[in-house]
Amino acid sequence: MIEERFDAIVVGAGMAGNAAALSMARQGMKVLQLERGEYPGSKNVQGAILYADMMEKLVPEFREEAPLERHLVEQRFWMMDDRSHVGMHYRSDDFNEERPNRYTIIRAQFDKWFSSKVREAGATVLCETTVTELVRDERERIVGVRTDRRDGEIHADVVVLAEGVNGLLGTRAGLRARPTPDNVALAVKEMHFLPRETIEARFNLRGDEGVVIEAAGTISRGMTGMGFIYANKECISLGIGCLVADFQRTGQTPYGLLDQFKRHPSVLPLLAGSEVKEYSAHLIPEGGYKSIPQLYGEGWVVVGDAAQLNNAVHREGSNLAMTSGRIAAEAIGLVKSRGEPMTATNLSLYKRMLDESFVIKDLKKYKDLPPLMHTHSQNFFLTYPQLISKAMQNFVRVDGTPKVEKEKATLKSFVNARSWMGLFGDACRFARAWR
Amino acid sequence: MDAEPSVRVEDKLYYNRYLVDIGRPHVKVRAHTSPSPQLVALLKACPARCYELNDEGRVEVTVDGCIECGTCRVIAEPTGDIQWSYPRGGYGVLFKFG
Ligand SMILES: Cc1cc2nc3c(=O)[nH]c(=O)nc-3n(C[C@H](O)[C@H](O)[C@H](O)COP(=O)(O)OP(=O)(O)OC[C@H]3O[C@@H](n4cnc5c(N)ncnc54)[C@H](O)[C@@H]3O)c2cc1C
Ligand code: SF4
Repeated sequence: MIEERFDAIVVGAGMAGNAAALSMARQGMKVLQLERGEYPGSKNVQGAILYADMMEKLVPEFREEAPLERHLVEQRFWMMDDRSHVGMHYRSDDFNEERPNRYTIIRAQFDKWFSSKVREAGATVLCETTVTELVRDERERIVGVRTDRRDGEIHADVVVLAEGVNGLLGTRAGLRARPTPDNVALAVKEMHFLPRETIEARFNLRGDEGVVIEAAGTISRGMTGMGFIYANKECISLGIGCLVADFQRTGQTPYGLLDQFKRHPSVLPLLAGSEVKEYSAHLIPEGGYKSIPQLYGEGWVVVGDAAQLNNAVHREGSNLAMTSGRIAAEAIGLVKSRGEPMTATNLSLYKRMLDESFVIKDLKKYKDLPPLMHTHSQNFFLTYPQLISKAMQNFVRVDGTPKVEKEKATLKSFVNARSWMGLFGDACRFARAWR
Repeated sequence: MDAEPSVRVEDKLYYNRYLVDIGRPHVKVRAHTSPSPQLVALLKACPARCYELNDEGRVEVTVDGCIECGTCRVIAEPTGDIQWSYPRGGYGVLFKFG
């Protein structure tokens, strides 16, 4: 039993937990962080794109120290049908800047480094320790945790729940609902190793330049889902994710989807000759704004994926996790500096501060998009990609058909598939949800 | 869509590192005579194919290859079909890359 008392206990050493522990330790608070993995990162899965702005706010010198893969100079979006893809690529030399904006990273390595900063700042980090229960006092306030490692309880003024998307502790304690099949996606991922020069040649890169591909279309077989292909220095991260409810409904297998994605004629040549070194899977919060649970209470706050703070439209999660962790730490610091207790009323400051940040503002903007995508997945992920591919082929193939007839044929294929009303309705629904 | 060649998940899991907590499975299936639709869904949805149908037509779980995603919990814990928790600290899957 740890007899000493802490100002704060942080559960989890992922992006949110590390941000929170670092910020609190830097404010001079006595922080204990508990992580179930052998080392921080050993349980964590991400694409992974790191957004520099949010990282800079925590460790300004991270570019010199952190294990980064490539800075991104190019973003590709692919809309795929079974044999083709229609692409939109944005590449700019502006991204070859002194302080690049986005990087690819490898989470297990990055988290280990991030955690070293947390330790340097003075927090106590205990790995290989699964927190099994939250401890309450006679007035139902959260006052600490129990772990599987030691007998007894560890006490603190406040518990920061940075336990990731499954959020076992918080859901068991009734602080929030268990994730449901329609507000989380299951992603599976592989790491494909290739010589550095091969990756640079295949992706048209110089030096540490990087590129990411986000893909949607028939690869998800009508389910709400996306694929991704990210270039690291000496490996390619490749994965695909779909809503758990869709897997449940269709009986598709995640590894079946992944293998089909890998065998797509647009993807296959990128991977040729690679050596796979890992297969992983993880859930992603997809419910958006409407799924955000209660964020604070008597003696606790919740941050990151555990609070469903994930922007599925822009594929941002780690930055929302980091930012919510940092803001929670700042709010806790303010309450403490006023010498006040960690009551729900005082901790509501965290929510007010988060509401003012991009985290909640962005999620609010897209609040209607997740339900729209989920209920119209057949159209958005199957029908339209097929139609657009056909239209493109019709546009580029030169076969003596007059252009007017080609355009008519394209239009007709859209109307046949979705009807005028359907097309109009989809456009309106999409515009409204995007606004 | 052409029929997919059967994917061998066991081969994929072979790449991974695990520290198996022998004799202490972190996921358990409730005893049943015929499986619920939720349990049946796990046969396909689990990315590590930990769930299998045995000779008596019941669903069994072997957690050695579990990658701790939580999908089965989301599908089958609400109905009480399974019990799910994390492995003890330090045990389970150890991602080198993640
Ligand atoms: C395939 C995939 C691709 C993604 N791509 C991107 C991307 O490119 N960019 C991006 O910004 N985001 C991306 N995301 C989202 C991003 O990974 C998450 O939003 C982010 O990791 C959330 O951070 P977190 O700290 O809240 O949770 P996590 O990083 O999951 O950390 C939770 C931590 O808590 C620990 N833990 C949990 N319960 C306990 C317990 N009871 N006791 C002790 N420890 C516990 C876990 O072991 C873990 O270390 C992606 C996600 C996936 C799955
Ligand atoms: S947690 Fe994921 S990998 Fe493990 S048994 Fe459940 S579905 Fe399978």
